[in-house]
Amino acid sequence: MGSREKILQAIKQNKPAAVPLPQVPSFSRMTDDPLNTFVETLTSIGGHVVVNDFSQLKNFLVQQKKDGLQVINGVEELADYNIFAYKTYKAIDLESVDTVVIKGKIAVAENGSIWVTDSSISNRVLPFICERLIIVIDEANIVATMHEAYEKIKIDEEGYGVFIAGPSKTADIEQSLVIGAHGPLSLQVYIV
Amino acid sequence: MKVGLFIPCYVDQFYPQVAIATLQLLEKHGCEVHYPLHQTCCGQPMANAGFASFSAGCDKNFTNNFSGFDYIVSPSGSCVLHIKEHLHNNGKPEQATHVRHHIYELTEFLTDILKIENITASFPHRVGLHISCHGQRMLHLSSMSEKVEPSFSKAEQLLNGVKGLQLLKPKRVDECCGFGGTFCVTEEAVSVQMGKDRVTEHKANNVEYITGGDMSCLMHLEGILKRQKSAVKIVHIAEILNAQ
Amino acid sequence: MNRVVEHSEEAAAFLKDEKRAAWHDETLWFVRAKRDKAAHKVADWEELRETASQIKDHTLSNLDEYLIQFEKKAKENGIIVHWASDGNEHNQIVYDILTKNNVKHVVKSKSMLTEECQLNHFLHYKGMAVVDTDLGEYIVQLRHEQPSHIVLPAIHLKKEDVSKTFHEHLHTEKDNIDPTYLTRAARKVLREKFITADAAITGVNFAIAETGGFVICTNEGNADLGAHANKIHIACMGIEKIIPKAEHLGVFLRLLARSATGQPITTYSSHFHRPKEGQQMHIVLVDNGRTRQLGREEFRNSLKCIRCAACFNTCPVYRRSGGHSYHNSVAGPIGAILAPNLDMKANADLPFASTLCGSCTNVCPVKINIHEQLWSWRQILMKEGYGGFAKKSAMKTMAAVLSNSGLYRLSGKMGRRFMGWFPALINNKLNPWSKQRDMPAPPKQSFNEWYKNNRKNG
Ligand code: SF4
Repeated sequence: MGSREKILQAIKQNKPAAVPLPQVPSFSRMTDDPLNTFVETLTSIGGHVVVNDFSQLKNFLVQQKKDGLQVINGVEELADYNIFAYKTYKAIDLESVDTVVIKGKIAVAENGSIWVTDSSISNRVLPFICERLIIVIDEANIVATMHEAYEKIKIDEEGYGVFIAGPSKTADIEQSLVIGAHGPLSLQVYIV
Repeated sequence: MKVGLFIPCYVDQFYPQVAIATLQLLEKHGCEVHYPLHQTCCGQPMANAGFASFSAGCDKNFTNNFSGFDYIVSPSGSCVLHIKEHLHNNGKPEQATHVRHHIYELTEFLTDILKIENITASFPHRVGLHISCHGQRMLHLSSMSEKVEPSFSKAEQLLNGVKGLQLLKPKRVDECCGFGGTFCVTEEAVSVQMGKDRVTEHKANNVEYITGGDMSCLMHLEGILKRQKSAVKIVHIAEILNAQ
Repeated sequence: MNRVVEHSEEAAAFLKDEKRAAWHDETLWFVRAKRDKAAHKVADWEELRETASQIKDHTLSNLDEYLIQFEKKAKENGIIVHWASDGNEHNQIVYDILTKNNVKHVVKSKSMLTEECQLNHFLHYKGMAVVDTDLGEYIVQLRHEQPSHIVLPAIHLKKEDVSKTFHEHLHTEKDNIDPTYLTRAARKVLREKFITADAAITGVNFAIAETGGFVICTNEGNADLGAHANKIHIACMGIEKIIPKAEHLGVFLRLLARSATGQPITTYSSHFHRPKEGQQMHIVLVDNGRTRQLGREEFRNSLKCIRCAACFNTCPVYRRSGGHSYHNSVAGPIGAILAPNLDMKANADLPFASTLCGSCTNVCPVKINIHEQLWSWRQILMKEGYGGFAKKSAMKTMAAVLSNSGLYRLSGKMGRRFMGWFPALINNKLNPWSKQRDMPAPPKQSFNEWYKNNRKNG
């Protein structure tokens, strides 16, 4: 008997009598003002949020390019929409990317996270290998809690999806918070 | 109301004044209190050491001594908990069940059964409250810092009515003192460190006394205080509630 | 694994460095306080815990079905599924995948399961280089140590220690103890590893039966960098990591980070369902004693654990004894109930490394009755004879005395002999109570005697 059968058989023998699956109750939304809560929460975990000011982002990107920094853009409304050109790039070829701009699908007020998927990031390594990550999100897509988020998304619609909440961070050295571990050193979110 | 007084073994041996205060306090509030002379121990020391299987004799003795009362009351949350959870008597299952369902820790008995609202006691001192784990987390005598629940405390409710008493809480309001039954000797180093940390926090509040509902915890803290030659004393909550 | 040193001895050694021990306690208490704050922000926190607990109860009662469902869906998604009965088989499976693909360099993100199976050891022995990429794990790996905490692997170390280690291995400036400087140094070295490795190994936080995918939570982004930068991704998981549906992630992700560090969520909660183009994605489902634990009625509940470590941070014993004193890949209260399942003899001391204060049970997001299980393990371990003869006979004497009121009064009179039982418990002639504590002063008479003298109608 292979391990698969051995394990399944052992479970059958040892598992308790059936326990019913509970309904997930409708939990409190925790906020009446998802936009503000989202901004507050994301700010408190190290993100930088700009509301309703797309021009600021445009100017920022112009400046980045002037400074000779590599920008990869996944937002059609902005100049140089080029993210899909990088779809098959290897990590080793993306090492020098400074800024990546992508679209978020859903933002969650209670924890400041944003859902992004294959179709908006093109190459899975991009949001992690860049120094600076910028996410653009539509205000209408801010939900209150994770429960609401999972109602809206279908997690297996695409091969990969991730909730991103702030810049990468660690506190593994004496519990001192350091922003910028292996992923981006900063996260900016533009709400439009 | 016929009340059986259960005095844990170490209280009987080392802290008779706590037992006397409990007895007087209950009588003061109208209970007919009996102290069965042949009682010994709840059996917890063996059970927590992994030898609950040896406690049949203890259980038998306990049932024999205490099955004839309306209520059984004890000035120790820990021992009460043990009886509530583990008392079994194959020979007299009904009596054992009666005991398990009618045993109360002292403060809980005062607030919930006797429903005492105004205690007439006076203890004009700065007093630190040590919350014992078994009373709190398992008998639910007060709210717990880990849980999201309304805050309450049966001990505080009673102590707030004591004249002159100034109640002070340590920084970590309900951290364990490290007594833990046989843990206090099998894990001597950790046990003592935990106790020292509790004592340090109480001292930071300039307390004169540390009180609580479980003499075992207090005995452990007292051992540390005395070794430190500290002026801080320990006093069981029954003694405070009985003080004039 | 054979244990030579008891938890109590390791703990005593840990406490010798008073300043460091106090720091360890204070720091982890602070994490617990952050957890409290985060929990209190969620008004229906207790209901959330209850729901999580019930979902896990249900899942365990139907575990075989869910694993089959998961396997089917995962295969449809293009994931290659493997089954391993024990740690060895798991290691062998991973090794075979790696050799078949000519892999030389592997990056690995945090996975308590691979620690449990000692995968690093195994691969190292076979000549394969594995780099742990979680910063804390990287630090302990450089020092040839084990993680001392499942969420904060290097919590036993001070920045001076890290500075020294990095100076030695990464040639950072001597005595530069700035955490940002040190983190950046590691970032640079590990970046290189991420992009030059041939395969990535990750753990799994949740696997979803309904969709055949899995979720990994990190703050550093190391699991993603590894998995996305490499052609081979191997995810290793214990079979208890299954949850039925996607909507359940809402419940668990709300609890996990809040319980672990007080964050509202980890920086990355990554959902993997299909490999990227040209990539191999493997998942190894591991038993290693879990089905046995499932059959132990009193302990099966421990399989609900989501490895948040809240029980570590709140445990007054863990905070004052450090993770290494538990001589098991998972330390703390939950480790103390998982370890005896793997090896009773080697871990018989662990269920005693607790005062049974119950704080662990209160913080546990899936409501595992940890302190009750510690108590139950004690009973079983003593029954199986892992307590030693001296302890057993001391307990027998104690039981005999306490069940007989005549004997009891007599032993009391003989100088309040109650505390006289203590030395036998640890096989030591000196009374350990008195080492750092005074004995209570014996009163003139016991309460029993007072009562007889003062109240006639007892
Ligand atoms: S036992 Fe509970 S508190 Fe401890 S690590 Fe597991 S889930 Fe977290």
